[in-house]
Amino acid sequence: MSDTTKVINQWLENNTFHYGEFWKVKKLVEAKEKAGLTISLCIPTLNEEETIGKEIIIFISELMDRYPLIDEIAVIDSGSTDRTLEIASSFGADTYLSKDILPGEGFKMGKGENLWKAIYQLKGDIICYVDGDIKNIHHRFVSGLVAPLIYRPEVKYVKAFYDRPLAYSGETRPSGGGRVTEILVRPLFSLFFPELTALVQPLSGEYAVRREVLEQIPFPIGYGVETSHLIDVYQKWGLGAFAQTDLESRIHGHQSTAALGKMSFGILQSFLKRVHSLGMVDRLPELNSVFRQFQAEGSRYEQIIMEIIEEERPPMCTIPAYREKHKQL
Amino acid sequence: MTPFISNSPDHRDTMARHRATVLGNIVMAGEIPSPTGGERKVVEFLYNRFIEAGLNHVTIDEAGNAGAVLPGNSDRNILVAAHVDKIWSKTVEHRITALENAITGPGVADNALGVAILASLPRILEILDVTFDANLILVGTTGSLGPGNLGGMRFFLENTREPIHAGICLEGMDLGRLSYSSLGMVRAEITVKLDTESDWPWHGVGTGAIGPLSKIVDCILGIDRPEKPRTTILLGSIQSGSGYNFPPSSGVLKFEIRSESEDVVDRIYHQIEEIVEETSVRDDCETSLSVLARRKSGDIGFRHPFVRAIREIMESLEIKPRIAPSISELSALLDHGIPGLTLGITKGDHRSTREESIVIEDIFTGIAQIVSTLEFIDHYLKES
Repeated sequence: MSDTTKVINQWLENNTFHYGEFWKVKKLVEAKEKAGLTISLCIPTLNEEETIGKEIIIFISELMDRYPLIDEIAVIDSGSTDRTLEIASSFGADTYLSKDILPGEGFKMGKGENLWKAIYQLKGDIICYVDGDIKNIHHRFVSGLVAPLIYRPEVKYVKAFYDRPLAYSGETRPSGGGRVTEILVRPLFSLFFPELTALVQPLSGEYAVRREVLEQIPFPIGYGVETSHLIDVYQKWGLGAFAQTDLESRIHGHQSTAALGKMSFGILQSFLKRVHSLGMVDRLPELNSVFRQFQAEGSRYEQIIMEIIEEERPPMCTIPAYREKHKQL
Repeated sequence: MTPFISNSPDHRDTMARHRATVLGNIVMAGEIPSPTGGERKVVEFLYNRFIEAGLNHVTIDEAGNAGAVLPGNSDRNILVAAHVDKIWSKTVEHRITALENAITGPGVADNALGVAILASLPRILEILDVTFDANLILVGTTGSLGPGNLGGMRFFLENTREPIHAGICLEGMDLGRLSYSSLGMVRAEITVKLDTESDWPWHGVGTGAIGPLSKIVDCILGIDRPEKPRTTILLGSIQSGSGYNFPPSSGVLKFEIRSESEDVVDRIYHQIEEIVEETSVRDDCETSLSVLARRKSGDIGFRHPFVRAIREIMESLEIKPRIAPSISELSALLDHGIPGLTLGITKGDHRSTREESIVIEDIFTGIAQIVSTLEFIDHYLKES
């Protein structure tokens, strides 16, 4: 077993959770208060009027009114043209236009801008980011993510994953990481940062992070923000700073292939920028032939490791037998 | 003025400021599919809410009802009930949308809102600082709609060990709804089957089972319905065939007879029975008539102290009462000789569609009338 495989297996064992482990929110609140932590929830939005009201209702009802787990709920908006902000405000969220926060730094259009400005605007020691387009919202989207940060001081960044890969009568369904994850990000991580393949869903939009981390990493404004966070936190604090929580299912709008192409292009830009800044362009690591995916059985998560060697044949004209046979050519 | 009525506007204003719990429970109860006979998940939701609220005797009984007791200081018991089943099947997407002043989704009014208020009641009373001498028995009842025949409520009333002294049934819509009487009712379906599948004719009209069914409908429309006692025959649905050119071999007609008089319901039912038998002989087909649900009529009377009090409470909250007899949970209460009321909680739109919608602001008025009514009933039971 390679060192990487051992590290990943150990990390999966210790740092991968299921939201059901933190079902008792009352206990979570007690631990949070004992640790003296404050928690802010940030929902970045752009035209989410259909789902934002329900999200605010659930989070305020379950995690502020019933159990005071979160200390503030803020919607940071990129400039919605629908009633997203009015609806969020009517149900009790603090609402901000991204362009009004840190006006001296200007305004850029993109989700990453809202996430970045949340660090300035919000007060919490922990900021939990949850997208505003979730149709099956539930308080686990927050409680499941902040819990590892409350209970484990060494954990700094907790990522959500969904649609847990399941084993069915010996046949394994591949990890439900999403098309861009499986086609672009996981192969890139397998080649350049194999330990990061341990994150089942690196692109999920829901994560909770300590302020001390957020204030020290750059934020791509567009699609690359999640990928670059993982690389930057990994470089600075190592795999042990991460944890991930299985939140079971997340229902949201389906994206077209063209939209996923745009997303992939943005992610590649952020990725290559980091490869460049880490000096990996001129001295590429020995390219890895091990591709890593995941499966889970019950509450155990394990890697599926595949050796994929892309061998090559030379041009036929360099083969002596070929030249002999086709002398006339 | 009847005691406690002056509290109602304050209750409304206080609850409007503490809306989170109620709205959260509406969204959660609204997103759980709960067809009649498949209510388990919403019952578990209620059960968990009752446990969290620290209520006594939290149970799921043999009929699948979720029940709990908020203890008072006496041996008197007031039942607060809401049916947990919805008209929608599990295959319908139960997605709730919350806009500034409305919550929308299939079954949100009937009866996710009733379930949510039941789930929130312990918290509501805590917020309003209201306590009762009587024990409040909270029950989310199963099997209320369609062929359910009030199965959950009937089971509870037949098997509860505690005497119930009064009851309130919660329905999401409409604010102002006040039922203190129940109609006699028979809910039934007629099935027509042809012995052989009919082929398409060379001339004339090929109807299959549709022909006999149509004749049955014609005959039912000809039945004499008295204006007093008020009586209605409701034809709910006809199902037969699946295409354009193949006369169907069977068909079903679903209907209800409702009347203020059980005798009239029985008379009309027997007339329909004869029509169905006659059709079988005349059209050479197999027919059957089966009863899915029955209600007896009952009435506590317009001058009953509960009715007087709720009318005053409604007036204090500027709610216009809309008095209508009930065929839901209330009729089971009245069957057992328990004085009770059915109250609506808020206004809304698009009833029984997937876009069913409830008005948020009026929910707090609805809550205030429920709490004030309970305060009155508690006081009344104590004094009497």
